[in-house]
Amino acid sequence: MEIAELSVLLVWGAATALTIALVAFAIDLGRRTEERADARAEARTPVAVGASRPTLASASTLPGAGASEGPAPARRRAAGIAMSTTWLGTAMLLVAIVLRGIAAGRTPWANMYEFTLVGSFMALAVFLGMNVRKDFKFLGAFVTGLSVLFLVLGLNVFYVAATGVQPALQNYWLVIHVGVAISATGIFTVAFVASVLQLVRDSRDSGSPYLQRPGFRWLDRVPTPTSLEALSFRLNAVGFVLWTFTIIGGAIWAEHAWGRYWGWDPKEVWSFVIWVVYAAYLHARTTRGWDGRRAAWFVVVGYLCVLFNFTGVNLIFNGKHSYSGLNTDTTGGA
Amino acid sequence: MSEKSTYRPEGINDAFVEGRAGDTPATAQGGPDRPAGPNLPSLGWRGMLRWTWRQLTSMRVALMLLMLLAVAAVPGSVLPQRGQDAAAVLEYLGDHPTLGEWLDRFGFFEVYSSVWFSAIYILLFVSLVGCIVPRTLAHARNLRNRPPRTPVRFGRFPATAEASTTASPDEAVDAVARHLRGPLRRLPTFRVDVGSEEPRLGRPATRTVAAERGYLRETGNLVFHLALLGLLVSVALGQLLHYRGQAIVTEGRGFANAVVDYDTFDKGAWFRPASLSPFSMTLDSFDSEFASDTVAFAQARDFTAHVTVTEPDGGQHSDQIKVNSPLTVDGAKIYLQGNGFAPEITVKDGAGEMAFSGRVPFLPEDTMYTSRGVVKVPDVTDGQEQIGLVGYFLPTAVVEADGSARSVFPQPQNPLLVLEVYRGDLGLDDGVPQNVYRLDTASLTPSVDEDGATTKLLVKPGETVELPDGLGTVTLGEDVPRYVALDLRYDPSLAWVLTFSLLALAGLAVSLFTPRRRVWVRSWETTDGDGRAVTHVELAGLARGDDAGLQREVDKALAAVPGLADDPDDNQRTATED
Repeated sequence: MEIAELSVLLVWGAATALTIALVAFAIDLGRRTEERADARAEARTPVAVGASRPTLASASTLPGAGASEGPAPARRRAAGIAMSTTWLGTAMLLVAIVLRGIAAGRTPWANMYEFTLVGSFMALAVFLGMNVRKDFKFLGAFVTGLSVLFLVLGLNVFYVAATGVQPALQNYWLVIHVGVAISATGIFTVAFVASVLQLVRDSRDSGSPYLQRPGFRWLDRVPTPTSLEALSFRLNAVGFVLWTFTIIGGAIWAEHAWGRYWGWDPKEVWSFVIWVVYAAYLHARTTRGWDGRRAAWFVVVGYLCVLFNFTGVNLIFNGKHSYSGLNTDTTGGA
Repeated sequence: MSEKSTYRPEGINDAFVEGRAGDTPATAQGGPDRPAGPNLPSLGWRGMLRWTWRQLTSMRVALMLLMLLAVAAVPGSVLPQRGQDAAAVLEYLGDHPTLGEWLDRFGFFEVYSSVWFSAIYILLFVSLVGCIVPRTLAHARNLRNRPPRTPVRFGRFPATAEASTTASPDEAVDAVARHLRGPLRRLPTFRVDVGSEEPRLGRPATRTVAAERGYLRETGNLVFHLALLGLLVSVALGQLLHYRGQAIVTEGRGFANAVVDYDTFDKGAWFRPASLSPFSMTLDSFDSEFASDTVAFAQARDFTAHVTVTEPDGGQHSDQIKVNSPLTVDGAKIYLQGNGFAPEITVKDGAGEMAFSGRVPFLPEDTMYTSRGVVKVPDVTDGQEQIGLVGYFLPTAVVEADGSARSVFPQPQNPLLVLEVYRGDLGLDDGVPQNVYRLDTASLTPSVDEDGATTKLLVKPGETVELPDGLGTVTLGEDVPRYVALDLRYDPSLAWVLTFSLLALAGLAVSLFTPRRRVWVRSWETTDGDGRAVTHVELAGLARGDDAGLQREVDKALAAVPGLADDPDDNQRTATED
């Protein structure tokens, strides 16, 4: 049991590191706003006209391309702290997941507590991976924030002791089907953040009085709605393909374990709903009058469905996928 | 580009396709919101039909249908469904008589076969066919298309690059063309046209390259949609041809694959009894394992049924069935869906005559296998009352001080049968079908003790216990056999369902991840600042939608030009940065 306790301790450690990262990201976002205001002031002076680069960069389709050229390294200290604590928190989470797997003697994603750990880890990993080549730090505060929320919820609400699994779950498809589903969820999480930022930034740009208040000045520092839309689409495209695979893999497994590939079990229904919502999103993007803001709302709805599929369907509905581990009255395929 | 060779569904927003003429810069994102507005027909019914068809196959209607489909699927997860849990539906109807009746009338208990759900997905597929078929034809014609000719000016393109080289324009253009075509002759990365232009706009005669890649994107998109259609047809065929039977088999007994041997049997409309392969199977033994640690006490860990299969040709072999690994016999799959205990119970009536003897499956109700079962004894000697026994089988029984008993572990460590006794007319001779696992006690008389409480008989294996009120005796067999609930299923469409699913996945990935790009090159002889003769090369790139790799593609094409000046910063500049 000691390994299992160490795992829990590491999750708390990860949550702490990510909270520090959250604060640092928020400070960095605020600082960038000042920086941007300074740059604006500079641009107004005739001397700075020759240096038209920032304008060019901000018009570029690559989010954050301009920010990486920030002149004052001291100002990005917060960003540095944020990134290193995020790396630290993610690494601790990874170790916690591995230890959890060792303690339980199986793949560490078989109940809700473990889903929250691995799902948060995937979202963080996608975020860190994106930042290796380009600057997407503006997403940091939101991704770490959601991860801390999920981890603390997992520890306080969904926690169950590490143990083996029932016969229906003893299959290599547990690794593939659930693993891919959690990866898709992690990617959808980051894409959701991008789409929400797109919607908020777009509202501010089009003159929403509430969002004009000084508290929302940081929004000027996130990329344009167009860039955010492009970012969200790229992530959602990957997530959608992974989700398609999740459903196909789940159907193959269901055929093995339950004797039917599709049976409209509540989890299957909601996986289907998610798939259709994201399919509608991909269609909306290319439909005249439905692109931009309206398409972004599909991402929001789709992500809410993902969250509901993970929480509500496990806890409310009584289906074959009730693997939260929180109730013990399921005989599981027996 | 003739109007005929491109097909676009009504309402699609795709600047890349619109920009085929050549020199429109990419403005796919954030374009002005132009509602297309249906062209209202004044052509009578024929025009009306045309208009309806065009609307149905438009992007906007497809989008609406997708949204409707998502919403329509939800009630099936909230309300109990007949296909999944018929008992829960009955319970719901009992609890909500008025609402339930209305919901039932509108098919809310069979959402996925209801008229409205079917209407949505059938309309969606009609819309899909109406959209995909013309697109497929147009794409087949477009496959032989040449890239659009090189635009006159490169200035407004999202990605550009230029450089000077010591190579001649011919060499530069050939090198870029070779690079763009890629190493595979049969499957070039870009389809490339090399051409020349007369002097124009202050330029001397130039050599040009026009290149386009990404036809696979549309191919993948079409494969995805056509595979969905194939999936629908396969699933429908499977529904028509499948059969599925459920049987309860106890240790040492068997069953034959025949309709009469199943407890329940479902079949598709096109099922023929001839498709039942005539094999038989015997359950040799059944093993189960449960966790005994404190954390997951009594959680199931493994179930294995050891069976002997007799093939239609007479050959025999031993095999096993586990929860996650069904047994395949002649294309039919046999699943292990449940298990429990089927104690051997013998009842002698008040006259001492054998009235019942057999194995009675008890259905487990909790993780400790507290199992409920019923014994109906109608065949008593004339003059005796019929007997009904209801009760629980407890694999590891603990009897409390107050006489109540419960099971504390799922394995048979201390089996005990707890029975209540009823007498009267069981109603089996009325011809009304009855559930064998339920005893309707309404018209029966229970046996009670002096205090008026229902008598509970405790029977251990090997024991014979006297029934109250002189009804006779009940004996529990020494061994407690196990039973397994087997589910046999035959669905010839499975391979097709899988094939079309994987095709859809592959098509989807190709259509989402294949970049669609055009690259143009123009090259001509000129003189540099020092008056030396050099060759000027300029490139422009256009992509469908947002494409982070476009500039890299253009830069790599430029890098293929031989004899570039050493200092790239001087001669090569890019309009957007990576």
